[in-house]
Amino acid sequence: MGAVFEGKGKEMSSSLTILFWILVVPGTIILGLVVSWIVRKVSALVQWRVGPPFFQPLYDIMKLTGKEILMPQDANRTVFMMAPLIGLIGVLLLSVLLWKVLVSPVETSFIGDIIVAIYLMVLPSLALILGSSASASPHAAVGTAREMKLVMGYELPLVLAFIVIIIKTAGLVGSQQQLSLYAISQYVPVLSISGMLAFLVALLCIQAKLGFVPFDIAEAETELGSGVLMEYSGALLALWKLTQAVMLVAMPLFLMTVFLGGYGGIHLTGIWKFVAVVLLLIFIGGRLLADRSKFMDVLSLLSLIVVCVLAGLGKYVLIIVLLILIKNTNPRLRIDQALKFFWVYCGIAMVAAIILASLGYFYDINWL
Amino acid sequence: MSLKMWSLKKSVWVFHVNTGACNNCDIEIVNCLTPRYDIERFGIKLVGSPRHADALLVTGVVTRQAAPRLIEVYRQTPKPCVVFPIGACACDTGIFRGGYHVVGPVDKIIKEEDPNAIIAYVPGCPPKPEAMISGVVKALSAI
Repeated sequence: MGAVFEGKGKEMSSSLTILFWILVVPGTIILGLVVSWIVRKVSALVQWRVGPPFFQPLYDIMKLTGKEILMPQDANRTVFMMAPLIGLIGVLLLSVLLWKVLVSPVETSFIGDIIVAIYLMVLPSLALILGSSASASPHAAVGTAREMKLVMGYELPLVLAFIVIIIKTAGLVGSQQQLSLYAISQYVPVLSISGMLAFLVALLCIQAKLGFVPFDIAEAETELGSGVLMEYSGALLALWKLTQAVMLVAMPLFLMTVFLGGYGGIHLTGIWKFVAVVLLLIFIGGRLLADRSKFMDVLSLLSLIVVCVLAGLGKYVLIIVLLILIKNTNPRLRIDQALKFFWVYCGIAMVAAIILASLGYFYDINWL
Repeated sequence: MSLKMWSLKKSVWVFHVNTGACNNCDIEIVNCLTPRYDIERFGIKLVGSPRHADALLVTGVVTRQAAPRLIEVYRQTPKPCVVFPIGACACDTGIFRGGYHVVGPVDKIIKEEDPNAIIAYVPGCPPKPEAMISGVVKALSAI
């Protein structure tokens, strides 16, 4: 299925490519705001409420930008003001890296980008720790300590989960491609036992990275009064909200790329071919029926694009829905419970997955 | 109307300050968040820190202990912000008028700190959630 995407980068004309890369950062931010609306709306629907209107995240950002920025008296002003920028830049860099891998991988992806992505993924959390500890607030200090422990907690199983995937795909990709996101995204490791385990653990780690409910220990609205974000107000708080919104795009994209085979990944066989054809018949109708050969060309090309988009969107929606459902059906954990959960349970699961993946690699059993 | 005030009306984040209430108004405030009333429809959200807030929901008569704290919380709220005294006690000290522990109604304390503060009253003992929503809507349309 790798061959399917080889030509995609070349097909995009250069001006279109340039336009895409100009629009990718504002586009990601807008997409993030839309997704954060979806998260709030779906949470509301789960709780039998009506929920906020569509533009609510935009109103929030606009309002926060217009408000006064209060500076705590004892805060380190430079670090306090720089931290949200560092967080936003980190997560935007991550999303640009992922869009590069997903959209035009041939010219732009590089070997070892999975390592860069792992580093960029931890940048928002580090910026949060930096900013909240610079604010000199006791509540924020408690939140900072919790966030630090949480980062230490989830980074271990998350990296182990990536190691599982690297082992799973080691025999399949080229000799020096093991650490390339593009090479990994050509396979669907989640369709094996170890890959499925790794995906589930990584999903929970992403939940913690996003600060969603079982792991919103650092923000803990009711005990710490928003904890790490407590002293932020006005435009600086808007930057944090944007960071969280963009993380809602970047983190599921990363999971998609690593575990679910990127944007495409589902073979154009069986039911998907049928779905693509049906959709195309609906979309383009009988307009091109007169020219039979042209129709077939256009049909094959468009069905390819439609199915890729459908599969990509479907995977993204799947991850977001799982995150929202976990968010809405769980109470907040204590920090010691979260640490135990990540290190003991997720750690053991990941060691088991690594052993399974290695066995599968040595004995050529794909489903292990 | 400036963009600033327009977007403030669309997204009001409230912080709840109890300055000596009997907890009855507090229960009714929490009622507003339930699926029956769901104030998130209007972009209203309860936040945990006064620095995130656009509106202070003050319940209860202001006691001597609470008055400096109320002023401190008001100073910590980024402007522009609206103060909502919720309930009879907060609006006009209610049945506690003249009590030895009472400093005064909420508006008096806030006006001492900031004479230009925007204050909107929601009377009642306790006010119904509908009354609070209507009060917020009226106050916001008056700004």
